[in-house]
Amino acid sequence: MDVVTSLSTWLRGCLSGFGIITREFPEACQIPLKEWTNSGLKSLVRNYGDIFDVVNDQILFLLRKIEGSLLALPWWLVILLIVMVAWHASRSRWLAVGLALSLIIIGMFELWDDTMRTLAIMLIATTITVLIGIPIGILMASSKYIQAAINPILDGMQTMPSFVYLIPVVFFFGLGNVAAIFAIFIYAVPPMIRLTNLGIRLVDAQVVEAAEAFGATSSQILWGVRLPLAMPTLLAGVNQAIMMALAMAVIASMIGARGLGAQVLRGLNNGNVGMGLEAGLAIVVLAVILDRITASYGRRLDYSQTA
Amino acid sequence: MAKIDVKNLYKIFGPRPHEVLKHAKKGAPKDEILTKTGHTVGLTDISLSIEAQETFVVMGLSGCGKSTFIRCINRLIEPTAGEISIDGRDVLALNKSAVKALRREKMGMVFQRFALFPHKTVLQNVAYGLNVQGVAKDERQERALHWINAVGLDGYEHARPNQLSGGMQQRVGLARALCTDPEILLMDEAFSALDPLIRREMQDELIRLQKELHKTIIFITHDLDEALRLGDRVAILKDGRLIQVGTPIEIVTNPADDYVRAFVRDVNRARVLTAKSIMEKTETLPIHTSPREAAKIMTLQHRALGVVVDNDHRYRGIVSMAEASAAIKRGENDLQGVVKERAPTIGPDTYLTDLLSLSADSAEPIVVLDDSDLYLGTLSRSAVLTALAGKSDIDDNHIGSDSKGLVETPEDTGAAG
Ligand SMILES: Nc1ncnc2c1ncn2[C@@H]1O[C@H](COP(=O)(O)OP(=O)(O)O)[C@@H](O)[C@H]1O
Ligand SMILES: [Mg+2]
Repeated sequence: MDVVTSLSTWLRGCLSGFGIITREFPEACQIPLKEWTNSGLKSLVRNYGDIFDVVNDQILFLLRKIEGSLLALPWWLVILLIVMVAWHASRSRWLAVGLALSLIIIGMFELWDDTMRTLAIMLIATTITVLIGIPIGILMASSKYIQAAINPILDGMQTMPSFVYLIPVVFFFGLGNVAAIFAIFIYAVPPMIRLTNLGIRLVDAQVVEAAEAFGATSSQILWGVRLPLAMPTLLAGVNQAIMMALAMAVIASMIGARGLGAQVLRGLNNGNVGMGLEAGLAIVVLAVILDRITASYGRRLDYSQTA
Repeated sequence: MAKIDVKNLYKIFGPRPHEVLKHAKKGAPKDEILTKTGHTVGLTDISLSIEAQETFVVMGLSGCGKSTFIRCINRLIEPTAGEISIDGRDVLALNKSAVKALRREKMGMVFQRFALFPHKTVLQNVAYGLNVQGVAKDERQERALHWINAVGLDGYEHARPNQLSGGMQQRVGLARALCTDPEILLMDEAFSALDPLIRREMQDELIRLQKELHKTIIFITHDLDEALRLGDRVAILKDGRLIQVGTPIEIVTNPADDYVRAFVRDVNRARVLTAKSIMEKTETLPIHTSPREAAKIMTLQHRALGVVVDNDHRYRGIVSMAEASAAIKRGENDLQGVVKERAPTIGPDTYLTDLLSLSADSAEPIVVLDDSDLYLGTLSRSAVLTALAGKSDIDDNHIGSDSKGLVETPEDTGAAG
């Protein structure tokens, strides 16, 4: 009732506003999106605040666990683990040696702990992105109408300046790591969704038809044929998501994320170019490591290329 | 009851197929419908039935609707109108899950471009149908291995499809389709993507397998030689219409229209025509016939040779007019003394290509006998040559018929066609 009466008053005011010809845009015709958004957010927090708290606590708990163990392990063991994963993914000696060297250089910059903190945030943000992005991508691939509905939302998410959604994220989760993780998620999830959708749609229609001809159900086709064959594209999505996430590292630190981004920010505030450069290089190293590992896995799973 | 019965089947591609169906039913041609309505006619009024255990070939040029037809059978494509029944069951009335069950239980399909699962091994590919059925892993592997061996791929079970040659990939495709032991095999241009030699090899493989398996096979091809080689019956499509259905011999010797005639003009008739289809059945001479009577019959038939049989109608040999006359002079009272087994004999299903050298080497006509030596007919050299040249239109009652009576001389038939 409330909404209807306020809407009708606004409409009436708006119509009468257009009746008078003035230089200024008629005041009565303005859409108060600001107020609507703010009151909407407020009521969200008022009604579902508990849920946000629970989510906040869970993520924080996980983050502490991962960050804690990464920091507790001796540096050489962490390097060894990363090198082993890289080896498993690529079977390339040069990549393994290169990654080990660059990680050692990070240690020499005295940025080891901050790198581990950033890595922990990246791991969690990417995991959430993947867990939410892939199902949405699958949904999007299931119908052209859903695709048409989701696409503009993704466009909006990617073109909207990231500062705009930093505000509501902080509103819900307060300043800190969790808010940063969510900001990263919003920025990183569109490529994950898009590439999942694309990967599934690009699966050879003849192969899918073959599965259908043998009477496979939709879920048998999805899990047994579409997803495995979409894997290289899916991993390209994971790769993109990680790159987007790292690109957000500095911006995320503005709302309280710790780690390398915070170092860059401190360098910026103090006019300390060297400090910013060191932290920036460490971010690049992290990006290269994660990129090479995911890209190698993507190539390994591409059955159309390798024999 | 036929295994698969298709009645008045239509398929129209486009956003509003049912509106366009009216035009198609009135007989508007495919290109007119396309220009007027933007809809593509896939199939027009197809009615045919496919018997259990036969190899039914559907042939036609690219775009004539072959793939559409075969996909209507398992409803990978939904027909616009018409009826399809399998074992008397209305397939188009089935709901989605019943269609899936039908595909799982009754049908296997082989594709032109193989359409193997690139991420699975040969073993997993072949076992896919059983996997979908929910068969336990051990049984699945055992049955898959059996079929991998049956198509001659032993030792390749752990290879991936892209490690195999085209011919081998299609063997995997064939094994995959056979692994669930389906009654119906749908093969959409299964061998068209293969080199001629490999293709021939695969055709032999299919013929060999079918001798043991007795599946109902729908085989699509655009290659007439392949159609005639594999098909028990062949259906010819043109622009979505059924032009002719018949045995290979009927198609080659009695093309329904100019379209089919153009198709069969270059066909190697020697590979299609059998002894049975071109033999002449002459009146036989029982062994106890008097030489005088024999000479009279031969004269009446305008023949220089007679076929002699014993009391059980078993073939005994031939006798010439000259020999009969000699026997008359000697006063013999049956043909015992003059009959000679000098003519070559063959079975009724021998292809012309296999009896050409016999015919060339022998001055006598070739005698066609069945398994128990009962006389079926004779083949003169000129009859063989006429059939090869494609001049004689062999009429239906001639094919495998028992009609006695006189046979036209080759010179007479030569004028026809
Ligand atoms: N999904 C489709 N949408 C529109 N037209 C189609 C579709 N599939 C087939 N057609 C058309 O239907 C006709 C028959 O196609 P098809 O059955 O694939 O022919 P064939 O297998 O004999 O080469 C062709 O004109 C083709 O363009
Ligand atoms: Mg086709």
